[in-house]
Amino acid sequence: MAKHKISLTINGAAHEAEVDSRLLLVHLIRENLRLTGTHVGCDTTHCGACTVIVDGQPVKSCTMLAVQANGAKIMTVEGLEQGGKLSAVQEGFTEKHALQCGFCTPGMMMTCTALLERNKKPSEQEIREAISGNLCRCTGYVNIVRAVQYAAEKLA
Amino acid sequence: MIPAAFDYHRPASLDEALKLLGSLGAEAKLLSGGMSLLPMLKLRLASFGHLVDIGGIPGLEYIKEEGGVLKIGGATREFMLDRSEIVRARYPILLDTARVIADPLVRNRATVGGNLAHGDPANDHPATMIALGATVVARGPKGERTIPINQFFKGLFSTALAPNEILVEIRIPTPPARSGGAYVKLERKVGDFAIAAAAAQLTLDKKGAVERCGIGLTNAGPAPIEAADAARSLVGKIPEQKNLAGAARLAAEIAKPSADHRGSVEYKREMARVMTLRALKKAVERAGGQ
Repeated sequence: MAKHKISLTINGAAHEAEVDSRLLLVHLIRENLRLTGTHVGCDTTHCGACTVIVDGQPVKSCTMLAVQANGAKIMTVEGLEQGGKLSAVQEGFTEKHALQCGFCTPGMMMTCTALLERNKKPSEQEIREAISGNLCRCTGYVNIVRAVQYAAEKLA
Repeated sequence: MIPAAFDYHRPASLDEALKLLGSLGAEAKLLSGGMSLLPMLKLRLASFGHLVDIGGIPGLEYIKEEGGVLKIGGATREFMLDRSEIVRARYPILLDTARVIADPLVRNRATVGGNLAHGDPANDHPATMIALGATVVARGPKGERTIPINQFFKGLFSTALAPNEILVEIRIPTPPARSGGAYVKLERKVGDFAIAAAAAQLTLDKKGAVERCGIGLTNAGPAPIEAADAARSLVGKIPEQKNLAGAARLAAEIAKPSADHRGSVEYKREMARVMTLRALKKAVERAGGQ
């Protein structure tokens, strides 16, 4: 099976890789590029722990081929912090106690970051809908919603 | 989980894609959004020697009205329906559907054409398209042909598309005045397939009687179901409670659900009735009826 040469931008840095057709994007990110902030949870397109932003859209990276991301601009949780400063969403998650075990947190924050890019002032309903593809099994969603509201106010 | 090995092709045009399908034969499978296909490959429920990704072909993502027809490009992503002014203004049934397919992250990749071409009776668009009386446009080596939606689904994961054809467009007749439609889905949680779901689209005449009606059922048998008798039973009648309830009963009668962790056959058939009645009521309300 032929290898594919791909080039993509992750968190602002250009990368090139030679990948098998069947390599999943999440494995490219975690294993080839060693960006292990992106998690593999269910591995069946349900939980959203693997969410990354591809060309502005939050997607489940366990259900996308690395080769499909050729030419894409990708942002992972490692790209949120800028110059030692947490992003508004990251700050919201810490201030509002929006995580407990933290496993869903990277994916959750990528979904919320993309939401605030598109909708500067989401209602509670819009926040809940936006995160409905990300599962949290310990803290629950109340504080996650508060974290997004905190970030929205901070960015306003 | 890692899929069995395959070769990946990303044609830049429809002609190139059709040539690939022709030369690769039965070993080739089209990849669109991949939200059904990739999980199947990962779970090793399926394997193919070659995937032909149509994601690199320009001009297959659009939503537009032309000559009394709504045209949706085969590779249009589900989230685009939710953001389309045309859909929001005139096709509430499509908006209902687009908002309950899987979850928002999946809808960012999933495509409308893929939702139909996968031939999964649990998918949501088949019922909607049946209710709307849509037509599917398929492009093959000899050109284009159109397939009425009620002749499109042949069985579980089986459609009228030939292996060397690509679903390039979905055409929906623009509903006339006094039309309304709705899609109502019962699901255990966000992202799950339907326990039962129903789509209803109808047009009322000037006196308030039903002029045209279409009803489709999701996950109620091995293929998506057109509840034709139920829809016909309403034509010429005032859409009042007893007539709508009668139609919903007829729809439930042709449902052939199977028992699984989502419920027994009896429960699912009863829910098909309830969902049909709710969809019909909402459709009548949106059509400006009683």
